[in-house]
Amino acid sequence: MAATEQDILESVSKIINEITGIPASEVTPEKSFVDDLDIDSLSMVEIAVAAQDEFGVEIPDDQLKNLKTVKDVLNFIQN
Amino acid sequence: MSANRVRVVVTGLGATTPVGGDVTSTWTALLAGQSGVETLTTDWIDTVPVKFAGTAAVDPTEVLPAPEARRLDRSEQLALVAAREAWQDAGAPEVAPERLGVVVSSGIGGISTTLSAYDTYRQRGWNRLSPFTVPMLMPNGPAAWIGIDLGAQAGVHATVSACASGAEAIGHAMDMIRSGRADVVVAGGTEAAIHGLNMAAFAAARAMSKRNEDPQGASRPWDRGRDGFVLGEGAGIVVLESEEYARARGARIYAYAAGVGFSADAHHITQPEPEGRGIIMAMTQALNDADVSGLDVKHLNAHATSTPAGDVVEVQAVAKAIGTHPLVTSTKSMTGHLLGGAGGIESVFTIKALQDRIVPATINIDDLDDGIEVDLVHGSNRALPDGDIAAVNNSFGFGGHNATVVFKSA
Repeated sequence: MAATEQDILESVSKIINEITGIPASEVTPEKSFVDDLDIDSLSMVEIAVAAQDEFGVEIPDDQLKNLKTVKDVLNFIQN
Repeated sequence: MSANRVRVVVTGLGATTPVGGDVTSTWTALLAGQSGVETLTTDWIDTVPVKFAGTAAVDPTEVLPAPEARRLDRSEQLALVAAREAWQDAGAPEVAPERLGVVVSSGIGGISTTLSAYDTYRQRGWNRLSPFTVPMLMPNGPAAWIGIDLGAQAGVHATVSACASGAEAIGHAMDMIRSGRADVVVAGGTEAAIHGLNMAAFAAARAMSKRNEDPQGASRPWDRGRDGFVLGEGAGIVVLESEEYARARGARIYAYAAGVGFSADAHHITQPEPEGRGIIMAMTQALNDADVSGLDVKHLNAHATSTPAGDVVEVQAVAKAIGTHPLVTSTKSMTGHLLGGAGGIESVFTIKALQDRIVPATINIDDLDDGIEVDLVHGSNRALPDGDIAAVNNSFGFGGHNATVVFKSA
């Protein structure tokens, strides 16, 4: 059974919490990494590496810079 | 020395060591003669001939927030823990960033990061590496993180000289203040090198004790049965200030960081020079720099690492450079040898000895070696006299680096 968007959000929130300390409850789909969560580009790389381990989905650098919101990441992982 | 030269004082102490997670618990353990050395149970232990070490008593990942700890090599974690303790102990001075410096070093740097990152790279590819791999493995990383944490802009330096690194850092920090480049400098040493490769490599150099049946008895400086050093990990940091700056802000002053001496043996890459000429030179320079005589020196925290070659050469040099009267101890008998961290924690211990007027006894001396004339403290702790006295910390490193720091009572 494919993971639901809610499952993926929970996993992504957990990864972001471990890397940045931001409470998982604050990681909601509409949040912007830079503007809302204050996550810098190297932290995004850490998140991408962790997501790769968790979901087996490689996020190339040229795609990573287009992932502006949590929702963008969820869509990328699902597709 | 010129009468109007800037004098440097110590206003803050921080330490995390194999016997305690802060200065107070560490100092209490040393005065109680407790060893921090234990048998290791890591997955690589069967591959090395030495099965024990002095692991930090308090794991730094239990103290630091997880998002911070994961970006730091263990040597950086330990340094940051000790630096924050020292900074708070100094009363967190509100010094201008351009007048605040850092000189903190390790002997080896982020070696565990280097090795685990190499495994990741080989097994899983470059793109699985943390983007923080470089700042975790670079030897200036501990200094840099402390500088960022405290907002230090007057210069952030890492003085790498193997096991002399920590003491050399404190000496350079003193010089930063005396030359007018900073008012406050955070200085010391850190190390986290308990890894299979390091244990194997030091064993290959025939430098480590293999007393596997008695880990807590393995670090036994000056004892006839000593067979090498015991690896320890941790960090020791001091806050140094110009006396003028410290007095103006009403800081509590532990001691004067009065003098420093540096030299190099120019003899052998690992062996001590048998006549001790280089270390006599460092001690003599440090005493001159501090403007004290040998008779003023009442205590010496020796480098003495429990190696057959080094321990006796050092105290014979002490007898020549300072005299046989100082109360000499090796706290490495309890903490093990922290390599680049040694000069940091042992400077903290030297300052505590001055403050409390007590010298912790060297443990594990059952059968004193020949040729030792200095007054070694063993069996029980010894009191230091009242009044104005000086105390010395020696640190020597592979490469023939020698650093001696002189502290005077405040």
